[in-house]
Amino acid sequence: MSEAILTPIEKKPIGFTTGVLALAGGFAGLFIGTAQGSGLLGVLVGAALMAALAFVAMEVLGKNTEKSVRWGLIALGAVAGFLVGGVPGLILGGLFGWFFGWFIYWVGMGRYRAHLVPYLTGGQVLWHYAFRVICGAIFIFLITPIIVVMPLSFNAENFFTFTPEMLRFDPEGYSLRHYRDFLTNPEWTSAVKNSLMVAPVATLISVSLGTLAAIGLSQSHVPGKRAIMAILISPMIVPLIISATGMYFFYSKIGLVGTYWGIVLAHAVLGIPFVIITVTATLVGFDRSLTRAAANMGANPVTTFFKVQMPLILPGVISGGLFAFITSFDEVVVVLFIGSAELQTLPWQMFTGLREQISPTILAAATILVAISICLLTAVEVLRRRSEKLRGLSPG
Amino acid sequence: MTDAATEPDKITGPTPDNALRAADRADEGPVLAADGTPLKQSLNRALRAQKLRALALIAPLLIFVLVSFIAPIGDMLFRSVENQIVSETLPRTVRALADYDAASEEVPSDEVFEAAYYDLFYAAERKEHTRLGSRLNYEMTGASSMFRKSGRGVDDIGEVYQDQFEDLDANWDEARPWAELMGDPDWIAAQEAWDGEGDMPEFELRSDIAEVLPRAANSYEIFARYMQSEEGDSPLEEEPWSVVHTALYQDLSTGDVSGYDGPRAEMLQAADELVATPEFETISFRDGFEEIDEDWVEPEIWRTIKTYSPAFTSGYFLNSVDMQKTPDGPALRDEDERIYGLLFQRTMFMSLVITFSCILLGYPIAYLLSNLPSSKANLLMILVLLPFWTSLLVRTSAWKVMLQQQGVINDVLVWLGMVADDGRLVMINNQFGTIVAMTHILLPFMILPMYSVMSTIPPSYVRAAKSLGATNWTSFWRVYFPQSVPGIGAGSILVFILSIGYYITPEIVGGTSGIFISNRIAYHISSSLNWGLAAALGTILLVVVLALYWAYDRIVGIDNVKLGG
Repeated sequence: MSEAILTPIEKKPIGFTTGVLALAGGFAGLFIGTAQGSGLLGVLVGAALMAALAFVAMEVLGKNTEKSVRWGLIALGAVAGFLVGGVPGLILGGLFGWFFGWFIYWVGMGRYRAHLVPYLTGGQVLWHYAFRVICGAIFIFLITPIIVVMPLSFNAENFFTFTPEMLRFDPEGYSLRHYRDFLTNPEWTSAVKNSLMVAPVATLISVSLGTLAAIGLSQSHVPGKRAIMAILISPMIVPLIISATGMYFFYSKIGLVGTYWGIVLAHAVLGIPFVIITVTATLVGFDRSLTRAAANMGANPVTTFFKVQMPLILPGVISGGLFAFITSFDEVVVVLFIGSAELQTLPWQMFTGLREQISPTILAAATILVAISICLLTAVEVLRRRSEKLRGLSPG
Repeated sequence: MTDAATEPDKITGPTPDNALRAADRADEGPVLAADGTPLKQSLNRALRAQKLRALALIAPLLIFVLVSFIAPIGDMLFRSVENQIVSETLPRTVRALADYDAASEEVPSDEVFEAAYYDLFYAAERKEHTRLGSRLNYEMTGASSMFRKSGRGVDDIGEVYQDQFEDLDANWDEARPWAELMGDPDWIAAQEAWDGEGDMPEFELRSDIAEVLPRAANSYEIFARYMQSEEGDSPLEEEPWSVVHTALYQDLSTGDVSGYDGPRAEMLQAADELVATPEFETISFRDGFEEIDEDWVEPEIWRTIKTYSPAFTSGYFLNSVDMQKTPDGPALRDEDERIYGLLFQRTMFMSLVITFSCILLGYPIAYLLSNLPSSKANLLMILVLLPFWTSLLVRTSAWKVMLQQQGVINDVLVWLGMVADDGRLVMINNQFGTIVAMTHILLPFMILPMYSVMSTIPPSYVRAAKSLGATNWTSFWRVYFPQSVPGIGAGSILVFILSIGYYITPEIVGGTSGIFISNRIAYHISSSLNWGLAAALGTILLVVVLALYWAYDRIVGIDNVKLGG
């Protein structure tokens, strides 16, 4: 859709505008109506109201008063909402008012065609926006569960649900008690401590061994490369429950079950495929004449590695390390099998918490973890771009 | 990773084997390197060095993965067929049962009962009979309690003899006389000299006693060795088990001790006379077992022991496909005992449903992302990547919050008046909960491969189709969709592989009807302790996953797995 195409924006016939608005109003009215007791009445009132508003806005007031009409609608919606449902109603009503204010002008003035090519038929335009609405709904499906957890973690009660106080936005309904519990309860603090003791060591093992092996694998002559690769990737492919079963059998034979090193070894092995995949991907763009040049100038292989190769593949190594870290930090199945009561990690604590005692402290932990994963996501994105820039794969 | 790294002929430039090829092509005499050796030879040496260096870099990790990952998997595969417990715990019985026809409806001969008596007695002393009982209980209901009862009951058989010998001469229930009768004099001296530190001198039978009293000597030796190694007690101070008295009775009733003149000869000959008298009370092993539990004189238990006596068994695998071993070969279990077939079917079915819902939800998103300008697409990509990066448990707990009866979705529906407050929807602890939560959790794994395929489809193809008169639908279905199929395939296999092995989410939101085969494996490991069955179920699951992985590798190539876009 290039900017050069100019689609004429023109006012739509009033019949079309009122028709569309009546449909939208009817749809919204259905929900409000059922909430208040009568769906049918809601549909009729909503449709009539919106059609009338659209007519007034388009035909009586016209384009010049757009700003004041839209503010007026927000205020109207907010007041109506407040009268019906208190503070939450006020906010919802305001949102309704804002949406319909925008929607009336968007439809009535034909603005919806502004970014589309002029030859589209009406049906195509409708599909274009319907598709976007569908995608929006899927995005909501993806993101809502994560968003919902956050306010609930500030719940003042010991419930997993929104209390009436919370919905009234009453400050009494919110508190930091679950965060306090998370930070002071020895069960949780020792779980965090254990996780922080296991994950970095496991990451260190998988990153150091994994990087070396990835460099080895990227050489031009490796006998049995496919088989080696398959073995190294296998911890990612084999379902965790099977890995955990096997490790439980085998580690109990050699006395590693219930020990710190048992968990570290298991987590290190689970993190290795991620390191291998990210580092080999980084090495694809690595110009090997650089190492030859370094060797040519008298650097020994160790110096070449640390001074020439490492700085260039560092972004890949770090993001592989982050993957390995999150794998260990988030891993629960293997820990459940080969861990012990003293070695409960954070995911273990959350898992047993979810299965047995339902306490919103889990949600506080979850919110903190989401914050951490946002940080990690940002870090990996930045590193990936930097790596592509270093390798000249993308501009900028 | 590219193929160029593996296949040298794709690399142009002075690599060792390009030079080799060049040397091959040159037809005028062998080219010499700077040090005078033929170039070919010197290049070969360089190539070998390079290979070794690459392998040396890989070796530490390879060994690490082999030891800490592949070995455990191998151990699990081994456990799914391993069955040494029967032949290790009941060695004599297994030998005696060799000629027993398991298909016959008869109870085996008295020798078998005799062997079983000795085996069970030793096993009960070692506390191994309950383990064997629970092992056989997987195959025959009631075996566990039978063995537990028998462990307590086998003493009664021996006590019949023990009491009579004791009434004759109290020395028969003393430690020292037995030791003198059975033990080598040198050993007795050494044992007496032992000061309680270091290892005890190992018990040795007196040289000729095994000929006079073969069974009793054997039993006493087992007793004495066990006392020394397991209990750390001196056999000089421990009175023997009643099984030794039983053995003594058997020896005395069949053998002749009149020529015996070693230590305690009088005591032994007096006992021999007692055994010969008609008043001496005896009990056959068969009757003894019948007294403990009547099931011992039914053929079923013997059939089970016989069927599971080999060191390796297919029994666990048959179990995990709802079959069992019978004397006539494998047969399906009764209708009401079949659970694993259903569970495998359900795992497959739910994984397919999850895969399809991921395709359904993922396709529009991938399409949108790959057709938007990159600045907008990157922004929306965050919405896909954030769930991907969020802890699995966070997402699972979020779904618990959303779906439960007092949860967010139900609250909203009630508030909107769409469901009544007392008619809240049950969306958790069933298949619906598992499918919804897992679709959400696995959706990014579908979107990312689809996106990477779709962003390589040139938009001009669809435009060309449209300019040639295709409708929107035709141009999508005939031009765009076929090109996006590889992305669907890659995403589907990935999601399917991940979902059939899932454990955590079904465990928390699945209740009883929404669980997978993996939950059953975990149950067998931590609750029922039927590890062999867990291993067999795991092996079947592993084979399915590896087959799918192989397909994935063929279609997509494992090297093309991308993480985080």
